[in-house]
Amino acid sequence: MTRGVQIAYVLAILALLAAPIVVIAGVSLNGQQSLRFPPQELSLRWYGALFGAADWMGPLRNSLVIAATSALLAVTVALPLALHVWSRDTWVSRALYTLGVAPFMLPPVISALGFLVFWVSAGLYGQIWATIISHGVFLVTLPLVTISLGLAGIDRTLVEAARTMGATQGQILRTVILPLIVPYMISGYAFAFVLSLNEYIIAYMVAGFTVETLPIKIFNSLRYGYTPIMGVVSVMFIALAVLVFGLIGKFGNLPRLLGADRIGD
Amino acid sequence: MSAPPEKTTPGWLAALPAAWLAVFFLIPFAIMLSVSVAHRVPGGFFEPGFEMGSYLRFVSVFFGQILLTSILFSAAAAVICVTLAFPFTVILTRLSGRAQTVVLVVLLAVLSLSEVIIGFALSTLLSQTAGVGNLLAWLGLIEQSRAFTPSFFALLVGMCYLGLPYAVLVLYPPVSRLDPELGEAARMMGAAPFTAFRTVTVPLLRTPIFGALILVFVFTLGVYLLPQVLGRPQHWTLSVHITDQAIFQSNLPFAAAMAVLLLLVSLAMVGLTLLLGRGARA
Repeated sequence: MTRGVQIAYVLAILALLAAPIVVIAGVSLNGQQSLRFPPQELSLRWYGALFGAADWMGPLRNSLVIAATSALLAVTVALPLALHVWSRDTWVSRALYTLGVAPFMLPPVISALGFLVFWVSAGLYGQIWATIISHGVFLVTLPLVTISLGLAGIDRTLVEAARTMGATQGQILRTVILPLIVPYMISGYAFAFVLSLNEYIIAYMVAGFTVETLPIKIFNSLRYGYTPIMGVVSVMFIALAVLVFGLIGKFGNLPRLLGADRIGD
Repeated sequence: MSAPPEKTTPGWLAALPAAWLAVFFLIPFAIMLSVSVAHRVPGGFFEPGFEMGSYLRFVSVFFGQILLTSILFSAAAAVICVTLAFPFTVILTRLSGRAQTVVLVVLLAVLSLSEVIIGFALSTLLSQTAGVGNLLAWLGLIEQSRAFTPSFFALLVGMCYLGLPYAVLVLYPPVSRLDPELGEAARMMGAAPFTAFRTVTVPLLRTPIFGALILVFVFTLGVYLLPQVLGRPQHWTLSVHITDQAIFQSNLPFAAAMAVLLLLVSLAMVGLTLLLGRGARA
């Protein structure tokens, strides 16, 4: 394969991935309530309509609250877990790490049903807290993986030096280790936030009828007919994801975060 | 991982996450197991009990078809995704760090998109008034624009759309660790680029490729919305039926039994990739 063919192949795949997004972005610009592409009578009225529509603002608020708090929970649980796994290599720490990675490796419908029967048994089915905690558990994998990567990159001589100079365990943690892994905590939070925002099946199973999130709202609306407003919401989701991952890419080392060893050496 | 300095953190630090995951992850699974053998109360939830009725329903033509549908769709999607993703990933890892970052941002953005949005976007793309139908009609390939959804084809496209970015990200670490000079060496010794790719790159990465096939298979087994949006009822997969039984048929025991089956299949598959990885390192 020559260089040109290779680049063309990559661009073709990216174009295929972009095609549905381009179409819904176009659809969101329709002047009338129809899903035509190319759009007709170009207008931004559906963007304005979204923020005037009470039935969309409620789910938007729910989604933001759930994503912000559940991502925080995920990082809070992942940080001590990652530190523990990093500082000792025992079967307990390995088992804990596996437990932290498991929710994300399995088909989400399994966890969703587990959470459903759990919250029914606990009598909290249908509460927003049930959704927040379920998301927090489901997404713990992401900060766990990013923080572990950050810890793996710490030069152990730094820690040794601090110890030699008389720093206590707590001081080393606060003044050496934490500052070095803060960027990884932030990217873990960002990953969890974006995925919580987009998550459907767990939110639906745990509290779908009382706490409507944006994905649930979109799916419910699909049954009653398509409107360009769904295109608007989709465009916002895509823009947010590109913004968040773009920022991580700009200020962090995305290839390394995703497992490439030889970038940025 | 770097060799960690001994005991940088106090031992009790692990108690919080351990307790948290035990309560909110292990207990839900235990309850799910007990529900799968509980007695169904029609119209309500369930009452405690021990009966295998829900599991016995697996032995039926109806259920056999669901299982077969799920496996066929996921297997087809896994093969298509990895076939497309492998050369993509090899080329990607040879780009500059900056270009790789841009492509990775696009892949992550697509991968994080809600299945609801992907379903909506693809059904719009494949509808009569927008996208593919119009394009083909405009090109004169078909007389009049038509819808391509719901159909077997639409659902398979949807699953591949979900699985492709995932396949690339699963392949990315092992491929990026591969020494590009090996391919160069093969070419210097006179191998055509494609021959070098086929005889050097692919065999070296046989284990990661197989692992990616399994992981994409498990990943697409979890698809629960696309079959409802892009497929017909006979295309409903196990995940759709689990949701349907739990929410709309109010049959939690049967839903739980199907979830346990899906869990066992997924665990077995993921375990297989771990064993493969260990075998490759040894």
